[in-house]
Amino acid sequence: MTDLTMSPAPARPARSLVTGVLPGFGLAFGWTLVWLSFIVLLPLAALAWKASGLGIDGFVALLASPRVRAALELSFGAALIAALINAVFGVLVAWVLTRYRFPGRSLVDAAVDLPFALPTAVAGITLAALFARNGWLGGLLAPLGIEVAYSRAGVVVALVFVGLPFVVRTVQPLLADFDREVEEAAATLGASRAATVFRVLLPPLVPAALTGFTLAFARGVGEYGSIVFIAGNMPGVTEIAPLLVVIKLEEFDYVGATGIAVVMLAVSFALLFAINALQHWTEKRW
Amino acid sequence: MDIRIRGLAKDFGDFPALHGLDLDIRSGELLALLGPSGSGKTTLLRVLAGLEQPSAGRVLFGEEDASATPVRERRVGFVFQHYALFRHMTVAENIAFGLTSRRKSERPSRAEIARRVADLLDLVQLPTLAKRYPSQLSGGQRQRVALARALAVEPRVLFLDEPFGALDAQVRKDLRKWLRDIHDRTGYTTVFVTHDQDEALELADRVVVLNKGRIEQIGTPDEIYDAPASPFVFDFIGDASRIPVTVEHGRVAIGGRRLDLGVDLAGAGAATLFVRPQHWRLGETGLAGTVGATRRHGTARRVDLTLDGAGPVEIDLAPEITVAAGDRLTLTPARWRIFFEDGRSIGGSLDAAPGTTRAFG
Repeated sequence: MTDLTMSPAPARPARSLVTGVLPGFGLAFGWTLVWLSFIVLLPLAALAWKASGLGIDGFVALLASPRVRAALELSFGAALIAALINAVFGVLVAWVLTRYRFPGRSLVDAAVDLPFALPTAVAGITLAALFARNGWLGGLLAPLGIEVAYSRAGVVVALVFVGLPFVVRTVQPLLADFDREVEEAAATLGASRAATVFRVLLPPLVPAALTGFTLAFARGVGEYGSIVFIAGNMPGVTEIAPLLVVIKLEEFDYVGATGIAVVMLAVSFALLFAINALQHWTEKRW
Repeated sequence: MDIRIRGLAKDFGDFPALHGLDLDIRSGELLALLGPSGSGKTTLLRVLAGLEQPSAGRVLFGEEDASATPVRERRVGFVFQHYALFRHMTVAENIAFGLTSRRKSERPSRAEIARRVADLLDLVQLPTLAKRYPSQLSGGQRQRVALARALAVEPRVLFLDEPFGALDAQVRKDLRKWLRDIHDRTGYTTVFVTHDQDEALELADRVVVLNKGRIEQIGTPDEIYDAPASPFVFDFIGDASRIPVTVEHGRVAIGGRRLDLGVDLAGAGAATLFVRPQHWRLGETGLAGTVGATRRHGTARRVDLTLDGAGPVEIDLAPEITVAAGDRLTLTPARWRIFFEDGRSIGGSLDAAPGTTRAFG
C-alpha cells in the first residue's frame, strides 16, 4: 500500500471564522468589535445601567403612565406611517429621477438630500410656518377642516420630510442599473404597461425599498428637532417620546428619562431586527 | 410566416442606421443577419420585432402590415444577448410570464400553463431546473430559459440578437447545434443576428451580409463563401488577401508582371484580385515571392509571403512542407475573384478541369 492510502482520511477542517482566502478577518473583526463597543454598546450599557435603578416595579409604573404610553405610541406610530408614505413616494421620486431626462433634473436630484443637510430645527420651524393656519399651505387646508400644524398630522409631515432621502437614495442606484432589455422582453411577451411595471420592474426594488423604509423609520423614532416646532407638544396628544425624555431630564428625573429611553431602544431593536429578517428573506431568493 | 421588408430605413438623429432595405424572409427558414458592429444588423432585427420604429418603409408579416402593430401585439419571440430574464422569478415563472400576464379572458388555465412550461423545459433540456432562480444558472442555461420563455407565447417569428455572444466557445458550439435542432423540430421562422461568420455559415439556411446599413449580399452559406458579391464580403467572410492589379487587353498584370489566369477578362483598368490563403498553388511558373513569418494555423501552415512588386499576401501550405524565412516560392492562384472599380466582378478556378480554367459569374 502506498502512503497515500495508508494515511487516515483527513478530518474535515472545522469551520472556523478564519478560513477562506480573504486574510485579515481576525484583525478586522477585532477592530469592528472594539469600535462598536465604544461607539454603540458602551453608551447603551450605561443607559441600561442607569435605568436599572428603576426596578421592575418602576418600569411597570412608567409604562402604566398614560402620558408615557401616549408619547411612545405617537413616536412609533407616526414614524411607521411616515416611513410607509416615504416608501411609496420615495420609490416614485427615485423612478422619475432615474428614468426621465428633464430640465433641472440635477437640481431636483440635489434637493432630495436637503432634509439630510438642513438642521432639523430649521426644518421644523419652516414646516410649522407653512402649515400654520395663516401659512401658505395651512391657509389652504384650514377651510377643509384639516389641521396639520400643532396636531399629530404635523408630526407625520415632519417625519416624512426628514425621512424621504433614505428611500430615494437606497432605491435609486438599483433603478439606475435596471436593464432596459428586461422591459423590452416583457413587451415582446405581450405584457401590458401595468403588468410590466407591477410584475417586472417593482418587485426587484422591494429589498432596497425595505432598507429605505427601515432607515426612515429608525430616523423617525428618534427624531426630535423638527417635530417639537410643529407638533405643539401637548402632553398625551402631540408630545413625542424623545421630548418627554428631555422634559424628565430637565426635572432631574434621570432614572425616568433613561427608563423611557430603554423602552424605546428595546422596541426599536425588536422592530429593526424583524424588518431586517424580512428583508433578508426577500433578498435571498434572488 | 413569411416576412417582406420594403424600403426599410432607420435614422438615429442624423445617423442613418439602415438605408432603404429590401428583404424577403421565407416561412420556416433560419436566416442569419451577419455584419461587423455598426452594420445595422441589430437595428434591423429590432425594427422587425417592433422594438424600434422605422423612419421609412414597410414590414409585412404575410399580408399584414406590421409597421402599425405595437410590439406587444406583434406576437414575436425575442431573445436578447444578455438573456434579460426576470431575476425575481423562478425559471418556471419566467417561462410562464407571457401566458400569465395575459388578460383573464385570454389566459390559459393554471393546469394548461403548467403543462406548457413543463413541455418547454423538456424542449430546452432543462426539466429539473423549474424552481431555480436565474442567478443560480449558467450562461448557457439562462439562454435556454430565455428561448423557452420566447417560445411559450407561440410567436409568429423568432428573433435572436447575438444569442450566443456572451457565452464561451465550447458552450457556443453546443448551443448552435441545439438551436438548429430546435428550429428543425419546431419549424419557427427564425432570424438571428451575429457578428461571427462561423456561426452564420454553420447554422443558417441563408445569410444576409450587412455593412454600414446596406445589404451586401443575400445567399446560402455556400454562395456567400464561394462567390462573394463584393470586396467587403470577400474580406469579411473567411480570410483573403487583396492584391491591386491592372487589367489590359483581357490580361492581368501585378506590379508590372503578367499573370496568366487562363481566361480572357472583359474590362480594363485598375482592379483588385482576391485570393484565399488555401487557394494558392505552388508551381514552376507564376508569381514569385519571399517567405516572411510562418505559423501553424489549424490544419495548415500559414505563411506571410511578400510578392515581388505587389506586397504581402497570406498563403496556406500543407504542414509537411517546411519553409524558412527568406525562401523564394513560385505560385499561382488556383481560385480567385477580381473586382473592378465599377463593382463588376469575375471569378475563376484552375480546379474545374486539368488544363482548363472555368470562369464563373
